[in-house]
Amino acid sequence: MPDSSTALQRARRSDFLRSLPFWGVPAFLLGLFVYGGILWNFVLSLTDFQGFTLPTYDVTNFDFEMYAELFSDPTFWTATQNTVVLLVVFTLVTLVVGLLLAILLDQKIRFKGVFRTVYLLPFSLSFVVTGVLWLWMFNYNVGVINSVLRGVGLGFLAQHWLSNPSLQLASVIVALVWQYSGYAMVIYLANLQRIPTEHYEAAKIDGASWFSTYREVIIPQLNSAAVSIAVVVMVFALKAFSWLYVVFGDNPGPAADILATMMYREAFVANQWAYGAAVGTLLFAVSIAIVGPYLFWQYRRGEL
Amino acid sequence: MQLKPTVRDAVSSLRERETRYKLSVYALAILGLLAYLLPLHGGLMTSIKTISEFAQSLPMAPPSPSGFTLDPWFAAMDILGPSMINSFAFTIPAMVFSAVLGSLAAYGMTMVDWRGQVGLMALFVAATFLPKQAIVVPLSRFWSIVDIHAILANLGPLNVWNLPYVQDYHATILELIITHSAYGISICTLLFRGYYLTIDQELMEAARLDGASITQIYREIIVPLSYPMFAVVLIFQFTTIWNEFFYGLILSAGGEAAPVTVALNDLNSGYAQLYNRQTAGAFIVALPTLIVYLMFGDKFAEGVR
Repeated sequence: MPDSSTALQRARRSDFLRSLPFWGVPAFLLGLFVYGGILWNFVLSLTDFQGFTLPTYDVTNFDFEMYAELFSDPTFWTATQNTVVLLVVFTLVTLVVGLLLAILLDQKIRFKGVFRTVYLLPFSLSFVVTGVLWLWMFNYNVGVINSVLRGVGLGFLAQHWLSNPSLQLASVIVALVWQYSGYAMVIYLANLQRIPTEHYEAAKIDGASWFSTYREVIIPQLNSAAVSIAVVVMVFALKAFSWLYVVFGDNPGPAADILATMMYREAFVANQWAYGAAVGTLLFAVSIAIVGPYLFWQYRRGEL
Repeated sequence: MQLKPTVRDAVSSLRERETRYKLSVYALAILGLLAYLLPLHGGLMTSIKTISEFAQSLPMAPPSPSGFTLDPWFAAMDILGPSMINSFAFTIPAMVFSAVLGSLAAYGMTMVDWRGQVGLMALFVAATFLPKQAIVVPLSRFWSIVDIHAILANLGPLNVWNLPYVQDYHATILELIITHSAYGISICTLLFRGYYLTIDQELMEAARLDGASITQIYREIIVPLSYPMFAVVLIFQFTTIWNEFFYGLILSAGGEAAPVTVALNDLNSGYAQLYNRQTAGAFIVALPTLIVYLMFGDKFAEGVR
């Protein structure tokens, strides 16, 4: 039977089939837990699943009622607003602070390793740990920040950082920048070290000041690094749940509530499962809107 | 030879500028250092003070001899101890599984050429950005339908859960192992792929011409070359899984299987005024990752990139 043997041989030689044992199991798990999860979540958001009954998957009852309810829910809009503010402000501040730290460490200084280790250290900690530490930093009576302010005679600046609605989101951003700027620094630093010294020297010969050298010669070369950092940080901000949950509990209140905390509260505290699933699906859609163009951009640059 | 006075002035002013520049760089770097360490320092000092001491003294100041105590550490250790064991019990297997699966997937999609691998790879990359909120409801449904406890109880002639040392809540630990392994695969694949793309293709080509199968190439060439990358990935995964909170919160539901991050949050919300015990608890939870980070800081930074 020459025919079947060649087919068998061809199959054996096929790189697709030969590589299948390697990526098959990981792809199956990814398909089940990630993409299956996303799909299931979307289906759940079309049902009326709530309370302690089981969800019923009856196609005739599928509708977008949960989304309609969401769009008329003021809590959803305040959470969306806070999410956008967090997304934009936190990302920008992290980019700036990370860049400054990276430029600082790109100078000729000793103990560079020590500085880098300390700046990146918060990034290695759990949000639960940093949440506890920042509760203590922001404590009104005996916290670190207010004590420092009172100690240097600026006691009038002492604030209820975590309970004053106009300061809550700013306090969140300060703490998260502390934790994430080291990450931005590491990426920037790797890219800075790839820039040849001639670029600095040429600018110097041209009589450019230190500031304009960076602004006009160096920083433009860091654009692709900035995009990568921004995407990672923005997607993180979208789902920043743990720190807020540790600091504020399941309801941070209208001034600091974001979609990620709202999703948990609706699903796992109020047991409005379908409603929570709808928030989750929207969060997924937003993250795709951020990550999709980025991946395409990377693919076009041949970096995927 | 004597320099003209004008040249000498220019040289000394250059030197002065150089010194000023150096001083300001160091000043800024050290200022940053202090700012970044302040939350940790404040917490550490508070964790070794008695209640009356931390209520009266400056939070950054070391405790006075009469206000010094290690009791908060012992108390926090008593509370967090069991959950610490839970965290080790699921973190170590999950970090190994996700690293091994990531290495296999990266090899299958990078070193072997077949159509459509870019598309599949894109799905792996996109999965690293997945918001957990988009899959936690199905995840909790999944683990209530796939009842590991019941499956293992009916597996063979003897009930696993009757064995000595085996507790019912270990089923939840298994759920955490599988969950963390599955969601860790995408980032591990990405890290290994970045590394495999730098491996010399000629080496592989030569091995292939010698008649080595792709399995042999993986076992005999790729795996030995991957040891440094395995270190990077394992460290990254250890830190990520140990620090994780959301999946732990959902799957353990505050029960006996609670990871240490969930137990710390309980400690934090339960004893609102015992700041010394809470900060001590925070350091106990952070200790394993801190040790890993301080020992392998470079590898951690590599994984982050």
